[in-house]
Amino acid sequence: MASAETKPRREGEGAAGLLAAPLTLLMRLVDGPMRALQRLIGERRMAYVFILPNLAFFSLFVFLPLIINVIFSVTGGAGLFPSERPFVGTQQYGYLFDCGSFLDPSSCREDHFWRGVSNTARFTVFQVTAMVLFSLLTAIVLNMKIRARGFFRAVYFFPVLLSPVVVALTWKWILQRDGLLNAAITSIGGERILLLVDPSWAMFWIVFVSVWAHMGFYTLILLAGLQAIPADLYEAAEMDATPRWRVFWRITLPLLWPNMIVVIVLALIKGVQTFDEVFVLTGGGPGTATLMIVHYIYETAFANQVQNFGLAAAASVVLGIVLFALTLAQLAASRRKGAA
Amino acid sequence: MQGKHWISALALTVGLVAGSGAFAQTTVRIAWYSDGNEGEVVSDLLKRFEAQNKDIKVVLDQVPYKAITENLPVQLASGQGPDIARVVDLGGVARYALDMRPYLKDASYWEKNFGPFLPWMRPEGDSSAITGFMTQLTVTGPFVNKTLFEQAGVALPGAKATWEEWGKAAKDVAAKVKAPFPVAMDRSGHRFFSVAISEGAKVFDDRGEPAVIDEGFKRGAKLIYDWHQNGTMAKELWGSVSGTAYRGANDEFKNAQVVMYQSGSWQIAQFDKTVGDAFDWVAVPSPCGAGGCSPMPGGAGLVAIKTTKSPEAVAKVMDYLASEPVLSEFYARSLFVPGHLGIAAKGLDYAGATPQGKAALKVFSDQVAQISPAAYKLQGYANNRVIFNAVISRLGQAISGEGTLDEAYKRIESDIAQQIAERKK
Repeated sequence: MASAETKPRREGEGAAGLLAAPLTLLMRLVDGPMRALQRLIGERRMAYVFILPNLAFFSLFVFLPLIINVIFSVTGGAGLFPSERPFVGTQQYGYLFDCGSFLDPSSCREDHFWRGVSNTARFTVFQVTAMVLFSLLTAIVLNMKIRARGFFRAVYFFPVLLSPVVVALTWKWILQRDGLLNAAITSIGGERILLLVDPSWAMFWIVFVSVWAHMGFYTLILLAGLQAIPADLYEAAEMDATPRWRVFWRITLPLLWPNMIVVIVLALIKGVQTFDEVFVLTGGGPGTATLMIVHYIYETAFANQVQNFGLAAAASVVLGIVLFALTLAQLAASRRKGAA
Repeated sequence: MQGKHWISALALTVGLVAGSGAFAQTTVRIAWYSDGNEGEVVSDLLKRFEAQNKDIKVVLDQVPYKAITENLPVQLASGQGPDIARVVDLGGVARYALDMRPYLKDASYWEKNFGPFLPWMRPEGDSSAITGFMTQLTVTGPFVNKTLFEQAGVALPGAKATWEEWGKAAKDVAAKVKAPFPVAMDRSGHRFFSVAISEGAKVFDDRGEPAVIDEGFKRGAKLIYDWHQNGTMAKELWGSVSGTAYRGANDEFKNAQVVMYQSGSWQIAQFDKTVGDAFDWVAVPSPCGAGGCSPMPGGAGLVAIKTTKSPEAVAKVMDYLASEPVLSEFYARSLFVPGHLGIAAKGLDYAGATPQGKAALKVFSDQVAQISPAAYKLQGYANNRVIFNAVISRLGQAISGEGTLDEAYKRIESDIAQQIAERKK
């Protein structure tokens, strides 16, 4: 009877070996010219050669559109190509900032822009606060030894996989006049509530839906942070009979802070950029109660008969500067915290 | 022997090249949106065209309405558009339109049958170009759920009833049968101006420049504003979204939640098919106001685009689609009010329509005679969407409680002035 013993596999054998052969050949082919190049420009400059492909890609699809956007923002008219557009200097920015009082959008020439700014600011404050709190709470619970922990982790992460349009449509079916929520309310004898027609309710629901849809992602980041905290710190605290709130305040939160910064920055950037979910769920209404700044840019550039690319580009530049400043502020805060 | 092989190979190559030349096709691309079944109908008609014209292949890109209003202008501005497009913003697209006159079989046929509508599709300052034809002439007007009126025991207002009378009757019906929408009106500039013009809005001054806010306009705006305040109209349509967003109440009407729905003739095919015998619905003449009983005309035109590389083929396709037998079939099967004078004069047999669909088509066809010069002028104005968008955006804000009507009037005027100034730069 033949032995069923398996022979030890040699390195490079099988499918991996098949793939390795052409790769090795390719590396050998590249090796010569790269060595020559290194001799020519020096070892230190080789780093630039390696990042060049990515830099070229990034320049083409990020920097170039950014520059075109800035060019558009100093031109006027309804033409599409820069050559068809007259130079107007800072006129578009002047229109945006032509305000009696920045606290009263109705006193501004571009009142919808300022309503968008105001709504986006309110939305971001509420959404980021709620997002961080609920993500933290969920991560802490999911980090505990609870039953069906894997199942719950999957459940909280599932909405992240859905398209924003699907999320918004699903909630629209729940919240509209003849939606599931009103069906439930009327079935127990209550009166229908027009949840997306009342301005306060509309803002509440867009924050709620946004938190529901994205919380899983931020929970995952915080969960990873929680799991990286050494268990012996908690054991030492337990031996000292430290109260749980103090453990959280003195151990969990400081060690989780780098992850918290990531969550806050990402949620802040995403909050300011919010468009798709709100557009589908409320269309920016009622009135302009949920009109976001990106929605204003879209309307100005595409929805009007005279597609005002110049004004939309100027608003985009302003939005970009705000986002850049926010990101820098958050990074500075995290560095100070890290240094402390 | 070898020489013979060479000759055979050469002959075969020449044959193949010549053959491929004989079957070389010119591709004509059409961007088309649909309200009802017209996409299926035109697709069917184009198959017949291709069978008769082997040298032309027609690609029908069926796209959403939003792609026509928002994406197509950018495509056209970049010179990357289709060869032909079905559009509603006739004035906005006119500057990209091809003058087909030199390529058409018989330009006089077009002038005779599409004459009044050709200026709607011409670039500003052009008085002779033939750029397309109307695939449908639309007329705004109300659809009424007759069954709800019968259930409520309320009589339908007569042919010359005012907007106020209709509003009151619809509200009475809704209260009795517990319908959530007494009156619904599409969130659209066209629909608003069907009210405003019948209330006496002139829209333009003596020089032909926009002078939108006048007493007639204010009467129309106040009526709609008041209807939202007193519950005759629900805020879900005009008050629920922002900016230029369109909202219709088709689904609510089909679900018998609306007593009176101010929309237009393009809905007939849809209601005829989907409502079935669930309830009786009728189209009624446009209600009257201080300025008359004018509906708003409108419609979709099929326009040739000047960036096409094959103007001859485009004109051939357009000649075919605009020919009387083909267009008659198209209008009849799509249940559209004809935008062809010859066909309109002869009348159409809408064989596929139910009796109530046919009755509705007759009501809307008869309404064409009621359209006022101001309404025609607004429809033919190249920047009319600037006016429509400003009105729905600002009136929508007032309805939802953001400011007063007077503030909305000021904003409408400044929005229109700013956008037109931007276009003129």
